[in-house]
Amino acid sequence: MRRLLQTILLLPFLALGSPAAAQVPFGEASGAKEGLEIGASTSEIAITSDFRGADLTIFGALTNADELFLAIGQYDVVVTLEGPKDYATVRKKERVFGIWMNTEGMTFEQVPESYSLASTRMIDSIDEAPSLNNIGVGIDHLALNPVGYIPDSGMIGEFRDAYRRLKLTNGLYQRDTSGVRFVSSSLFRASLKLPANIPDGMHMVRAYLFKSGQLITQREMPLRVVKTGIEQAITDAAHDRPLAYGLLCVLIAVITGWGASIVFRKD
Amino acid sequence: MTVYLPIAELSVNIFIILGMGAAVGFLSGMFGVGGGFLITPLLIFYNIPPVVAVATGANQVVASSISGAITHFRRGTLDMKLGSVLLVGGLAGATAGVWVFSWLRRIGQLDLFISVLYVVLLGSIGTLMLQESVRAMRRAKNNQPLPLKRPGQHNWVHRLPLKMRFKKSKIYLSAIPIVGLGFGIGVLTSIMGVGGGFIMVPAMIYLLRIPTNVVVGTSLFQIIFVTAYTTMVQAATNYSVDIVLASILMVAGVIGAQYGVRVGQKLRGEQLRALLALLVLAVGIRLAIGLIVTPDDVYSVAAGGMSY
Repeated sequence: MRRLLQTILLLPFLALGSPAAAQVPFGEASGAKEGLEIGASTSEIAITSDFRGADLTIFGALTNADELFLAIGQYDVVVTLEGPKDYATVRKKERVFGIWMNTEGMTFEQVPESYSLASTRMIDSIDEAPSLNNIGVGIDHLALNPVGYIPDSGMIGEFRDAYRRLKLTNGLYQRDTSGVRFVSSSLFRASLKLPANIPDGMHMVRAYLFKSGQLITQREMPLRVVKTGIEQAITDAAHDRPLAYGLLCVLIAVITGWGASIVFRKD
Repeated sequence: MTVYLPIAELSVNIFIILGMGAAVGFLSGMFGVGGGFLITPLLIFYNIPPVVAVATGANQVVASSISGAITHFRRGTLDMKLGSVLLVGGLAGATAGVWVFSWLRRIGQLDLFISVLYVVLLGSIGTLMLQESVRAMRRAKNNQPLPLKRPGQHNWVHRLPLKMRFKKSKIYLSAIPIVGLGFGIGVLTSIMGVGGGFIMVPAMIYLLRIPTNVVVGTSLFQIIFVTAYTTMVQAATNYSVDIVLASILMVAGVIGAQYGVRVGQKLRGEQLRALLALLVLAVGIRLAIGLIVTPDDVYSVAAGGMSY
């Protein structure tokens, strides 16, 4: 069924390397720029409300890869699936007069609602933290910028950690540090985990190629996640036509109440 | 069997929801209350987000109040004019309440506010009812007659201006306290998802001195319209009415109520009230515990700057 949602993306890219490049003698190829290709057999995934999560398999290929560097494992690939972005508010409870209440909060600008990462190895062993922060790859390196001025920078770190931890706990953020495997010298397969509570909307698949710890190229492609079924139709109706939806709710209540008084009428 | 609630965004066991609806319907039929003040906390205990529990609770009260109102209308124990004046206040109160609701949600204090309000309300009403019913039970045991309150006695309420004549209720009363009462109940409807009959009925009897025979029918009349209006406004502003959840609760509720009415007629009034008082107190205490116990995680995250 749909949980076997295996978007097999076998690509024609292997044939892409131009014949001219292929004829370059071994050794000189290192001068040519490495390329990275990914693609999709589909640009849309339909899931229903009983979706329990699935794996999304993405195939990709390196082009113009240096045989020597490949052999000693100097190429690393990171593939991510970023969900639609929205503001996110983290709140912290404290005990006030014996009652736990939200006392502090921080809103982060435009962060992905879901984020799934697959890589050839631990991303922190691929590259240094500052440059990962720069490109925003990895759960620990996503840009989390608070809205408004926060005087206490220690507090920002605390709320960022809480945000990441909560997102990992509820499964919306996932990482698999062995999710990318080379199936041949230049063809790789990435398994991305789609959480059961994946948000619908436009997601972005991004693939990054690192050579000896340096990001050399990246590719991206959009992937639309569409929820289908009666439940999604209801959610859509509630948001798109709230008044008609509310009226229907009231109508159902009136019919139920009235119907009961007719059915159970004693006289 | 699980069913997915599209607005609450979670899967629940349909039999638990049916059971909840039937049980609350049974109790509401037995005690002649709407049941909103029981259904909303129960839904919160079952992990339904409070935002959804409140809005859906209001929707459910529409269904549970209608058959009662129809019965009273047929018997002629419903004062339309009095009900309409109450309704003016009720609609204004519900509007103000939804505004406060959205504001509390924005600043992340909604869940706490709902719980605190329930603890205060259920705690005080439960205590009052329990005291009253225990006194009544003692009196019945000692065969003492009921101390008669003279209904003709007037209080400060009857000195207010803007008096109106209500023919069916046979009273001449200022519109100010009626609109005020309706307003207060309207606020509670939109913030707590209750009909408010359990406050309105005693207030009408003891404060406004409205004859008992029209009180229940008239309060049901106003409750239907205020809860229906609240459902609409909640749907339009907070998108928080879950039609699937509401439908299951309503169907189970109206059926449960029919059996509740039959059982209620066989039991004695003061025992029944003591029972309800204990139940109300138990729900209040359970909510209070939730406020005091250290949460699993002091942090929470919400999308879009909103709190769920």
